Amino acid sequence: MATVSVRQAKKVFGSTKILHGVDVEIADGEFVVLVGPSGCGKSTLLRMIAGLENISGGEIAIGGRVVNNVPPKDRDIAMVFQNYALYPHMTVRENMAFSMKLAKAPASVMEEEVNRAAKILGLDALLDRYPRQLSGGQRQRVAMGRAIVRHPQVFLFDEPLSNLDAKLRVQMRSEIKELQQRLATTTIYVTHDQIEAMTMADQIVVMNGGRIEQAGAPLALYDRPANLFVAGFIGSPAMNLLPGRIADGGFRTDGGALLPLPPGTSGNAATYGIRPEHLMLADDGVEGTIVIVEPTGSETQVTLRIGETQIIGAFRERVQGRPGDPLRVMPDLSLVHLFGPDGNRLS
Amino acid sequence: MTEATNSATAAPEMLSWDSKSRRVVMLYVPLACFLLILLFPFYWMGVTAFKPNAELYDFAQHNPFWITSPTLDHIKHLLFNTSYPSWLWTTMLVSIAATFLSLFASTLAAYSIQRLRFRGSQYVGLAIYLAYLVPPSILFIPLATMVVQLGLFDTPFALILTYPTFLVPFCTWLLIGYFKSIPYELEECALIDGASRLQILRQITLPLAIPGLISAGIFSFTLSWNEFIYALAFIQSSENKTVPVAILTELVTGDVYQWGALMAGSLLGSLPVAIFYSFFVDYYVSSLTGAVKE
Ligand SMILES: Nc1ncnc2c1ncn2[C@@H]1O[C@H](COP(=O)(O)OP(=O)(O)OP(=O)(O)O)[C@@H](O)[C@H]1O
Ligand SMILES: [Mg+2]
Repeated sequence: MATVSVRQAKKVFGSTKILHGVDVEIADGEFVVLVGPSGCGKSTLLRMIAGLENISGGEIAIGGRVVNNVPPKDRDIAMVFQNYALYPHMTVRENMAFSMKLAKAPASVMEEEVNRAAKILGLDALLDRYPRQLSGGQRQRVAMGRAIVRHPQVFLFDEPLSNLDAKLRVQMRSEIKELQQRLATTTIYVTHDQIEAMTMADQIVVMNGGRIEQAGAPLALYDRPANLFVAGFIGSPAMNLLPGRIADGGFRTDGGALLPLPPGTSGNAATYGIRPEHLMLADDGVEGTIVIVEPTGSETQVTLRIGETQIIGAFRERVQGRPGDPLRVMPDLSLVHLFGPDGNRLS
Repeated sequence: MTEATNSATAAPEMLSWDSKSRRVVMLYVPLACFLLILLFPFYWMGVTAFKPNAELYDFAQHNPFWITSPTLDHIKHLLFNTSYPSWLWTTMLVSIAATFLSLFASTLAAYSIQRLRFRGSQYVGLAIYLAYLVPPSILFIPLATMVVQLGLFDTPFALILTYPTFLVPFCTWLLIGYFKSIPYELEECALIDGASRLQILRQITLPLAIPGLISAGIFSFTLSWNEFIYALAFIQSSENKTVPVAILTELVTGDVYQWGALMAGSLLGSLPVAIFYSFFVDYYVSSLTGAVKE
């Protein structure tokens, strides 16, 4: 177990800058999720921490030791790849024991470690199978087993669940989280799925275009997104972000709707943000027209048009109504987010 | 309604009948012709090897496609009156040694070109390929000088060391393609697991590249076995010759072709290759068609 510090890390491929100076501080035993759209440099950062990519600038330290020039095998890390990278010609047992075999561990220790990991992951019955004889979820577990037996200081995961079907993904998500809590190993986990990020992380790092947009606890990011990118990225369904300006005693969207503001607001807000779940049905609310009603059972998602502005609401109540019917909604004023013209949050 | 279903069920049947006869015409007949043409030379070789000279030189009295009284005379002559066993032995030695030497060198070359991506690795790859394009009939002149100066003339080493000049480029290219098909992630994973480059090569990449290695091996073996120009140029004494050269230079006396012995020699000479092939034919085909992974 160890802390990980990334200080002003830069990455250049040829003449293309991929990372423009990234800072991340990871505490001992923390579960950090790197999240961001495709191509933003998450894998690159993870691979730099693993030592698979060299570091073009800045510094990476694991457990207080700067590892810029330390080869991967001496960084005391374990990595789980997106395609698992199981050795096809080795059985599950050999796959898990491979690192120990290279380290010339005694046979009894290898046996013991493999059995322990197999028990934790429920792989006991599969130890003599080859990877091709396993299902996706089982392969995933073997990949984790291979990481566990090494007792590394840091676990690195690169989108480990993206090849699984939705149901298995949810199950493995909680298994990984539980395992991490049990072993209390510092973990860096890359995903582009913000639900995975929200449910698993102690700290989320939102990346975009090779920069960090915001880092913090999941709920902190949800409650106080620092800018438009984070506001739109975290949360599902996504936050309504309505451009406009403060006028006429409220917020006048470019589409012409007039939305109420929290008391005492002033300044030059350029975007009004409200999460769908923070809209309430209210008789004294803003009137809109129903465009579409999508019940999910536990809640009802309604797309409304107010003026020319489309806005999505998610309600616990069952909404009776058909497209074209009027509906009055009210934003929860304590949960309105306002962003300035530069896209940053106005406090 | 019923008519529609009838015709719907009838159609596939007609199609299948259709396709059966089509298969015969489109597939089996051409295949049979193909096999006939390909196998006829072997048949001719076999038949000639066991024919007594009387039948061999008299087509008027005897059916040229058949043997009436088969004989082992040619084979006996070959084995006991000529140095054929020694030719066979030399050929075997040279082919196996050249194959292993080339495989070893080209594995290292292909791995470093494909995986280490050092500066200019592309150009090295290209240069190796260009080397392959230089025809042996040009290359043997400078090689002959080198062979003589190194004192290798008329020894098997002359061949063992010169065959790799065309085997290494070929195998390297074949193996580069094969290594490319092995996911790089496996090696990165092994790197993190603590393996060195050589350990990765030995324990991860090579076991996965076995089909590629086998087909490279078969190619090298066959090419060495059949090689003619170098063997003709660099070997002089009768007992050091390889089979293809020896049967042509030793079994043709003046302008008399000893057809029976010639064919027996070719037949015996091609047996080891055929046996070698038959062991690995699955690997060979699959690696050429790029199948088999995981
Ligand atoms: N070896 C390389 N050479 C050149 N450019 C690269 C290389 N590897 C990655 N890149 C570029 O770096 C950028 C970031 O890639 P990276 O793989 O880190 O993205 P990511 O955030 O992991 O995306 P995804 O969610 O799709 O996996 C991409 O634009 C990619 O094209
Ligand atoms: Mg990635």
